[in-house]
Amino acid sequence: MLIPCPHCGNRPHAEFTYGGDATLGPRPDGMAAYTVWMEFVYLRDNPCGPHREYWHHTLGCESWIVVERDTLTHRISGSSLPGTQETT
Amino acid sequence: MQRYSIFSLARHALNDHAGWKPAWRHPDPKPNYDVIVIGGGGHGLATAYYLAKEHGITNVAVLEKGWLGGGNTGRNTTNVRSNYILEKNQRFYEFSLKLWESLSQELNYNVMFSQRGVLITAHFDPQTQALLRRGNGMRVIGSDAVFLNPDQVRRKVPVLDFSPTARFPITGAFLQPRAGVARHDAVAWGFARAADACGVDIIQNCEVIGIRVEGGRAVGVRTTRGDIGTGKIGIAVAGHTSRLAAMADLRLPIESHLLQAMVTEPIKPMLHVSLSFGAGHFYTSQTDKGELVMGGDLDGYNSYAQRGNLPMIEHVAAAAVTVMPCIGRLRIMRHWAGIMDMTMDGSPIIGKTPVENLYINGGWCYGGFKATPGSGWVFAHTIAHDRPHALNEPFSLERFASGYTIDERGVGPYPALH
Repeated sequence: MLIPCPHCGNRPHAEFTYGGDATLGPRPDGMAAYTVWMEFVYLRDNPCGPHREYWHHTLGCESWIVVERDTLTHRISGSSLPGTQETT
Repeated sequence: MQRYSIFSLARHALNDHAGWKPAWRHPDPKPNYDVIVIGGGGHGLATAYYLAKEHGITNVAVLEKGWLGGGNTGRNTTNVRSNYILEKNQRFYEFSLKLWESLSQELNYNVMFSQRGVLITAHFDPQTQALLRRGNGMRVIGSDAVFLNPDQVRRKVPVLDFSPTARFPITGAFLQPRAGVARHDAVAWGFARAADACGVDIIQNCEVIGIRVEGGRAVGVRTTRGDIGTGKIGIAVAGHTSRLAAMADLRLPIESHLLQAMVTEPIKPMLHVSLSFGAGHFYTSQTDKGELVMGGDLDGYNSYAQRGNLPMIEHVAAAAVTVMPCIGRLRIMRHWAGIMDMTMDGSPIIGKTPVENLYINGGWCYGGFKATPGSGWVFAHTIAHDRPHALNEPFSLERFASGYTIDERGVGPYPALH
C-alpha cells in the first residue's frame, strides 16, 4: 500500500504509523458528561467502505496526515494535512 | 443422525462407502423461528447446538451469508489455550478448554484436538518474571502451567536457535501442557452436524441485510432469501459485528482489522508443540499434513479486505527464521487474511444489547477460535435466559461505560495494539 503524503509524495505504508478514525472530535471538554467521553474514547462507526483516518509519517517527515482510504478495497483516494480541506 | 464409530466405518466399508448420508440438511428458511443466530462459523453453530442441547430450544435457524466456517473459523491458526493473566479471562477460557477436552465425544465428530502444549519462549529477565506471574495466576484457578529451563526447552523443541550467536538467546519457556491445536473445519462441521440433528435449520447463502426493530425490540431479519420473523436474535459474525449492529442503530467499541496467516510447504514432523516466539509477535505450529502454519501481528489499520500487505509477511518470516533458522529454505505455500473485530480493551463482548431480544457475541480480536465451545455455551445461556451466565457477565457491552474494561495487555483503547 502506498500512502500519498502531502509533503513527501507516495511512500510505502510501512513508513507510517496508523492513528485511527479521523472523523471523531473535536476532543470533548474536560467537564463534558461521562457519556460524551465514553463515545469519544470507545465508540466507532467502523465503516466497511470509505474511511477518513490519521496516519503519522514516522519514518519520513513526521507529520500527522489525514488519509481517505476504502477499508474494503484499500484504495486511497486522497490525503491532506489535518485542519485543511485540500487533498493531494 | 448417523453415528460415527469404528463399527459404522467398517459397515460402510463393506458397502463400498456408498451409504454415507450428508452430515446436515439444507432446509429453506421458515417464516418464523424462536431464535435466529446470524453467522454460521464455529461460534454461531456452537450457540445453536447448545441452545438445543442445554436449553431445549430447537426452533432455531443459523443464517450464514457464505458457507459454513468460511470466515475466521477457516482462517485462524487453530490454537486452543487458556494462558491468561486476568481472572475473568482465565475462568472463561479455562471453561472453554475443558469443553474442548471432551468435544469430539460430545459431538461424535473428531475435531482432532491435539493437546501438544503451547510454549512461549522467554529471552529476557523481566519477560521471564511476567511469564512466571502469568503461570502462577493460571495455577491459582486450577489451570496448568509450567516453566522450563533452557535444557528442558532444548529437549522439547530442538529446532530452536540455541547457538551462541543467537540474536535472542532462549533463557526458558512458559508451557501450558493441556493447550494445543484443533482441526478448525471439523469444529464447524461437528457443531453443524450435531445442531442439525437436534432440529436446528442451517441456512447457507443467506445474508442478513437488515434487522427489524419494533418498539425497541428485535422482531426479525431481512435476508437475501426473504424476511424471517423471530423471538430473539444472536449475532456471531466476527469481523462484521459493527456492520450487523449498525442495522439495529448500535455503535460498538470495535474496529475491524486484518490479520494475516500463512503456511509453508509440508515437511516431516519437526515441531511437536505450538510455539510462540517471546521476542517478537510470531507463533507457529505444524499441521497434520506437515505444513508450518504461522502468523504474527495485525497489519494495524482498519480493513474489511480479507487480504493484507507484504511488510507484515516479511516481518513474520523474519521472526520465524530468527527463532528457527533451520526453516530458512522453506517456501511459503499460501497466505491469507481474516477480519478481526478488535475491541477497545482486547476482550470479547458476549451479552445483551440496548435493543431487547438482540444479543451480541463478537469482538473476539484474534483469539476467537479457542473460545468456540465456551463462547457458544455461554451465549446460548444468555439468549435462553435473557441474562448472562456468571462466566460471561464481565464481558458485557456496558463494561466500557462502567469502567470495568478487561485489558489483558494493558494498552488502553487502541484496538490495533491488543
